[in-house]
Amino acid sequence: MRTVPGAVIYHHTHHFLVQHQYLSPEPPNDFAYWVSNILLEERLGEELAAVDVLRFQTVRDLRNALIQVIQGFLDSSSNLRTAPPGEEFHFMQSVSYVIPTGIRVANLAEFRDGLERVSLSSIAYHMFDARLRLERGDNDFSRWLEHSLGEQRLADAFRKVDPYTFTQEGLRRRLISLVSQRLKEDGSGRA
Amino acid sequence: MAGLEEYKPIVGAGVVEELRILGNRLRNRRVVNVNSTRVGGGVAEILNRLVPLLQEVGIDARWEVIRGTQEFFDLTKRMHNALHGKPDTFTAQDREIYNTATEDNLASLDLGADIVFIHDPQPAGLIRARRELGNKWIWRCHIDVSAPAPGAWEFIAPLVEKYDLAVFSAPQFSRELPIPEVLIAPSIDPLSDKNRELRESEIEQVLQRIGVRSDKPIVTQVSRFDRFKDPLGVIDAFKLARERVDCQLILVGGSATDDPEGAQVLKEVRERAADDADIHVVDLPPTSNVEINAIQRASTVVIQKSLKEGFGLTVSEALWKGKPVIAGAVGGIPLQITHKYSGILTHTVEGTAFWIKMLLSAPEFAARLGENGREHVRNNFLLTRHMRDYMLAFLLLETQGESVVEL
Repeated sequence: MRTVPGAVIYHHTHHFLVQHQYLSPEPPNDFAYWVSNILLEERLGEELAAVDVLRFQTVRDLRNALIQVIQGFLDSSSNLRTAPPGEEFHFMQSVSYVIPTGIRVANLAEFRDGLERVSLSSIAYHMFDARLRLERGDNDFSRWLEHSLGEQRLADAFRKVDPYTFTQEGLRRRLISLVSQRLKEDGSGRA
Repeated sequence: MAGLEEYKPIVGAGVVEELRILGNRLRNRRVVNVNSTRVGGGVAEILNRLVPLLQEVGIDARWEVIRGTQEFFDLTKRMHNALHGKPDTFTAQDREIYNTATEDNLASLDLGADIVFIHDPQPAGLIRARRELGNKWIWRCHIDVSAPAPGAWEFIAPLVEKYDLAVFSAPQFSRELPIPEVLIAPSIDPLSDKNRELRESEIEQVLQRIGVRSDKPIVTQVSRFDRFKDPLGVIDAFKLARERVDCQLILVGGSATDDPEGAQVLKEVRERAADDADIHVVDLPPTSNVEINAIQRASTVVIQKSLKEGFGLTVSEALWKGKPVIAGAVGGIPLQITHKYSGILTHTVEGTAFWIKMLLSAPEFAARLGENGREHVRNNFLLTRHMRDYMLAFLLLETQGESVVEL
């Protein structure tokens, strides 16, 4: 974990969200899953699962936090277990391709319709990749809501959502409901 | 044949839209697929569906098939087995046979394309045309080459290493190579005869034809009569479970006329099932897709008690039908089933019997496993995901080295 590229750390802490939707909200990352279910180190697995990804602004910081948890465990343990043959951990790297969907919106009502229409990977990109992988410091939706629409409160509400605790479809519904609520307050929630 | 629109109700409009966007980005790229057979086997099955769908989104996709003498195909069959670990020795004469077939195919095949997509070891030698054509080459390995017999991998390694990209189905099937590797899992087609929705009457008809009554729970294994699929172990597990829960067993397999060992296994299965009115051994021709679909849909629990397995896509077929599946924790099966979430993974006859009893006695839990399994297949093992990954592999050839690529 110290030497692999950042894209590898990103893959193992994020692909679960897309590939195992029925398992979400737990476990959120491959490291935790492997440590808990293959190495059967439940305590360490729980600690790895509990690392709050939202606290970190970069993959580098996230990596360091994960390593620190593992190092702490190694320093205090003897009798370390080995994975059974065939169940070793394979480090993998993913490449993200970002392609405009052609969907462009200019106000909140259109934004809500856009959230309904786009694929889950589009929502994942703006919520996960943008913040951590592209180091924009924030999710794309909150940035746009705040800076382009002046919707400070709604932007904060989006920031507060922990996207790691939802299934992808659940996340879409949550974001849509936040926008709908705002539209209702505003009295402009035309369908 | 089903077009992309027909997948929308199954995978959602967003997924299909994504495929069109990717296709647009790759518009008019010429891609030629090459494998060794037009009919039979999983690779041909997939190409039959993928090539027209790639064309539909704007890619100029083609499919060529290599030809060879009986001698050549005998050799590639041996290679296939040796890559799976069966000991063999490859001689200079074998090399000669392989090279001659490669030369003959180079003379007759049209490999003029932006991307040449070679499937499996048989046509791998065609890579020698790369220098002259100056195009990109992908080697798609559909088999598990992680533990080959000595000499087998060395036979094709010098060829594979000349490709631009290698594609494997799962990390545990792959090898370390000096070229970039990507992972693309295989898939099932939800609209094919083997997987499409069936009417109750179609299912009833098939059950009648094979003489199975639907008045008690049905436990089924669909697989060739092959020792690695452990059909005898399935019978033993079934008998143990039936001591506690009334049920019947269907073992469905392909005809084994060209496979002496298969015929022997079938004979042993019939012997062990003898005189047991609850055990139905069904030997079907390989084209019996609707029949297999119907039997899977009529089942209460589906077993795949493999001792050794490739990817094991019959598991995804059963999960897609919402069935609770009990399967051996081997090959690609753990990628399809997470134990106690989307199915059950077992290692023994007794464990399999235990879980047959449990699932028959706890239908709500069993239904939950089936539902989770179906969603997992929807997200990961349908043809649309496979198609997306192939297009992403084509893009990777143009954008190597970056981890976030803005197109």
